[in-house]
Amino acid sequence: MLMFCSTFIIAASLFLIFFSVIYTGMPYLSWEMITSTPKGGFYFGREGGISNAIIGSVYLSVGSTLLALLFGLPLALFMNVHLVRHKMLVNAIRFVMDLLWGVPSIVYGAFGFTIMVFFGIRASLLAGIITVTLFIIPIMVRGIDEVLHSVPHGLLESAYSLGSTKSETAYRVFLKQSVPGVITAVLLSFGRAIGDAAAILFTTGYTDYIPTSLSQPTATLPLAIFFQLSSPIPEVRERAYAAAVILIFIILFISIITRYFSRKYQGNKINF
Amino acid sequence: MNNPKITINNLNLYYGKQHILKDINAMIPERQITVIMGPSGCGKTTLMKSLNRLTDLNPDAKVNGTIMIDGCNILTTTDDITSIRKKMGLLAQRPYPLPMSIYNNIAYGLRISGRKKKRFLDKRVEHYLREVNLWDEVKDRLKEPAGKLSIGQQQRLCLARGLAVDPEIILADEPTSALDPVSSQTIEEKFKELKLHYTIVLVTHILRQAKRIADHVIFMYLGEIIEQGTADEFFENPKEEITKSYLKGLFY
Repeated sequence: MLMFCSTFIIAASLFLIFFSVIYTGMPYLSWEMITSTPKGGFYFGREGGISNAIIGSVYLSVGSTLLALLFGLPLALFMNVHLVRHKMLVNAIRFVMDLLWGVPSIVYGAFGFTIMVFFGIRASLLAGIITVTLFIIPIMVRGIDEVLHSVPHGLLESAYSLGSTKSETAYRVFLKQSVPGVITAVLLSFGRAIGDAAAILFTTGYTDYIPTSLSQPTATLPLAIFFQLSSPIPEVRERAYAAAVILIFIILFISIITRYFSRKYQGNKINF
Repeated sequence: MNNPKITINNLNLYYGKQHILKDINAMIPERQITVIMGPSGCGKTTLMKSLNRLTDLNPDAKVNGTIMIDGCNILTTTDDITSIRKKMGLLAQRPYPLPMSIYNNIAYGLRISGRKKKRFLDKRVEHYLREVNLWDEVKDRLKEPAGKLSIGQQQRLCLARGLAVDPEIILADEPTSALDPVSSQTIEEKFKELKLHYTIVLVTHILRQAKRIADHVIFMYLGEIIEQGTADEFFENPKEEITKSYLKGLFY
């Protein structure tokens, strides 16, 4: 009975959130909303859409997810192949990563801001990408690490006894066995990257324009909601509702794609 | 013994504080099947794994003594560990095919040692799959993942994969324990043919299997070698009391 109740309560509240966001935002979704930038300033202008925030968010989250993968994947492989003899060290890395995972994103934002002040950099796409990368690396590393950790010891021994070096074992055997899990970790990180507002509040800034270089401030969907929802002008609030709907659609879209790909690359995984 | 392939002297191995292998002295003859027998937990698998230093992977393992293979002490050698391991094919208790196609499972070992020409690989793959009587079963689906094969087929694939890197020694750790009788028989027959070219070290606790294929026997109990010698001598005329009662089936 308890199980039934919890299932019902959880499912119902999730559905309610989903439904209310779509219900309030859907009427304002129009071609203009998706394709044009706000006219007359995002906080006051009654015209235009949120294409600046859509494109900015995609730049920011794709950029930081790729960057986090570039650093996170080798680290996770290193922990599970090269450091297999050094359990203490690996557990220490895991502990630190878990700790960093738990740090609120506003702290990352503040850290990024301090660094920027130190180097005299202004709020920009690049600063945002770096801050968000730091913020999602623990998620990426622990996500991939969990999958690699479950690769059976016998496969490691098999790879070595065929004369593989550590790197060959890591990239040609462990990675292949773990592709579906790696894709899931990437999705999880991407979801956090695109949905987070606090880490980018000081570092990326906000603007009416679509960025043309890494050194420009960049609008993002979470901040589009944050700044515009509090506006007294109804047309501006509409943009916030529309931004929420688009954010949900992007995440839905990415989830579906990821599932498709992780099923497609499941093929070679051995089920031990 | 006039031509030992592997000579083990005063080998001691500890996992943390546990003394797993106690003062092992043994010789493994070239191009014969050496069976390591003994009740479970006696250290047979550990002894076998120390031959290609897979024991290195255990964080708590401490080894001392010497293991000479072709006149080179593999425990202290400065040679690359991968080149030592390449000399030995490993067949584990259950098959661990690589997460790739049937074809690539065999080609993998060749590719990492730098032989990448497709025509050469095609030939080798076919040759080794025929060698383990698997070719006819898989020739139309070489591109399929190895995970789709049955366990028995996977184990034969793992044998073929091990042979493809051209080893001198085959290490087999209870290779038939997860297999059906027919696949087990194929593997055993294969071993009898392979000993013409390879030195085979087989760990088993199946007494009948040992009797069927052993040339040389090492009998272990609680981390020590109790008795070793030729198969005939060992089975017909065991010297130690423990060996006699083990052979009578009084304990496993």
